[in-house]
Amino acid sequence: MPDFIAQWLNQNDIFTAMTIMEYWDGLVTTVHLVFLSLVIGLVVAVPLAIMRTVRNPLVSGPVWLYTYLFRGTPLLIQLYIIYYGLAQIEGIQETFWWEIFREPFYPALLAFTLNTAAYTTEIIRGAIVSTPHGEIEAAKAYGMNWFLRMRRIVLPSAARRAVQAYSNEVIFMLHASAIASVVTIVDLTGAARNIYSRFYAPFDAFLFVALLYMLLTFALVFAFRKLENHLLKHQRPLSS
Amino acid sequence: MLDLKGYGPALMEGAVVTIELAFLSLALAVALGLIGASAKLSNSRAAKGAATTYTTLIRGVPDLVMMLLFYYGGQVVVNMLSDYLWDAYEIDFFFQFDPFISGVITIGLIFGAYMTETFRGAFLAVESGQIEAARAYGFTRWHTFRRIMIPQMLRHALPGIGNNWQVLLKTTALVSIIGLTDMVRVAEEAAKAERMPFHFFIPVAFVYLTLTAGSELFIKWLNKRANVGVVQES
Repeated sequence: MPDFIAQWLNQNDIFTAMTIMEYWDGLVTTVHLVFLSLVIGLVVAVPLAIMRTVRNPLVSGPVWLYTYLFRGTPLLIQLYIIYYGLAQIEGIQETFWWEIFREPFYPALLAFTLNTAAYTTEIIRGAIVSTPHGEIEAAKAYGMNWFLRMRRIVLPSAARRAVQAYSNEVIFMLHASAIASVVTIVDLTGAARNIYSRFYAPFDAFLFVALLYMLLTFALVFAFRKLENHLLKHQRPLSS
Repeated sequence: MLDLKGYGPALMEGAVVTIELAFLSLALAVALGLIGASAKLSNSRAAKGAATTYTTLIRGVPDLVMMLLFYYGGQVVVNMLSDYLWDAYEIDFFFQFDPFISGVITIGLIFGAYMTETFRGAFLAVESGQIEAARAYGFTRWHTFRRIMIPQMLRHALPGIGNNWQVLLKTTALVSIIGLTDMVRVAEEAAKAERMPFHFFIPVAFVYLTLTAGSELFIKWLNKRANVGVVQES
């Protein structure tokens, strides 16, 4: 370790081992929350996106309404409704659900998942709708049924077109997860707020956490760029 | 009819605060976006570098963290400045860094970065022949910018501005966290006091929904108007 960093750490009251551990726990919570909501959201979004492209309005209508409601209102309101609302449901405190939803983590996870699933549904729907006609016709000509066509042709082809928009959604979710600190979850932002209120040092507390978020963001951007290059390899112009 | 338990007027006032906040932030964001885009397209390396740093930094940090930084940090900076001015020049200067100002600054800065990208793309979409023609007519750089570039790039920028506006509108809810009494804050207090979360949050959600749906229609109409006389490729 360079001397000046060691010296700086020695003279420092704020960045002690204890606060660093607090930030670390916050980082773990943030990653945990964002990762789970993204994975569950994606799993939910694929069937919903397919339903959204179905012609029958009884199938596509409810999905449209769901995405419209969740994309048209702030995530903070959704979080409040779920966090404060779940406890008010008649009789929930006697069921085993209460064991789960008493902790703020699970209501937040539910809100984030529903929100990201709504956005992801629209992203995937857009990608499915823009599948070139020829691909579907070719699949039909090969005698593939609807299910096989979906699985082998439409979804893989849509996934390639959706990656870029989805990477934006992932970063958006990472940033949006900061509001988990409002419902008493100690995520990265929550840790920064605790440390701020203990030392009254806004710059140390929040600039450090901003730096951590930035590192996470750029790591995600880098990973998605690699993934995109990999998925779109066949479209790259041949280098001469 | 919906019974708001006497919180109706407060909620209405909160809604007005939300709308004011959104429009002021939008104005700041558009101004910053124009400056940022001009800097990115200029020939000066310093200006380009500064604009790129700005957009990159903003995109890496969550909006809430930035808001907390400006709200709590802003006051510290103002206090320091005020002390310095008094000690050095005996100037009595002080102002309270309230949540509204912090909210406008933060949201304006964040969406300024997104607007920079939107405007950059839109400026690039203006044919270079237009600029050459303007220069040939003897327009100064400023005149070319104001009379030729701005009117022509707006058409290309509108869809992007519309998207940014929709996201901005929803971001205003965050300012309630640093203590602004907007409608989210009022609803939260009412919900806690009356123990009726659905009763207060769902109407607020519908206000947001109305605002976003209304803006969507308005932007569609603007788009149609801006593209009058342009052949649409369907």
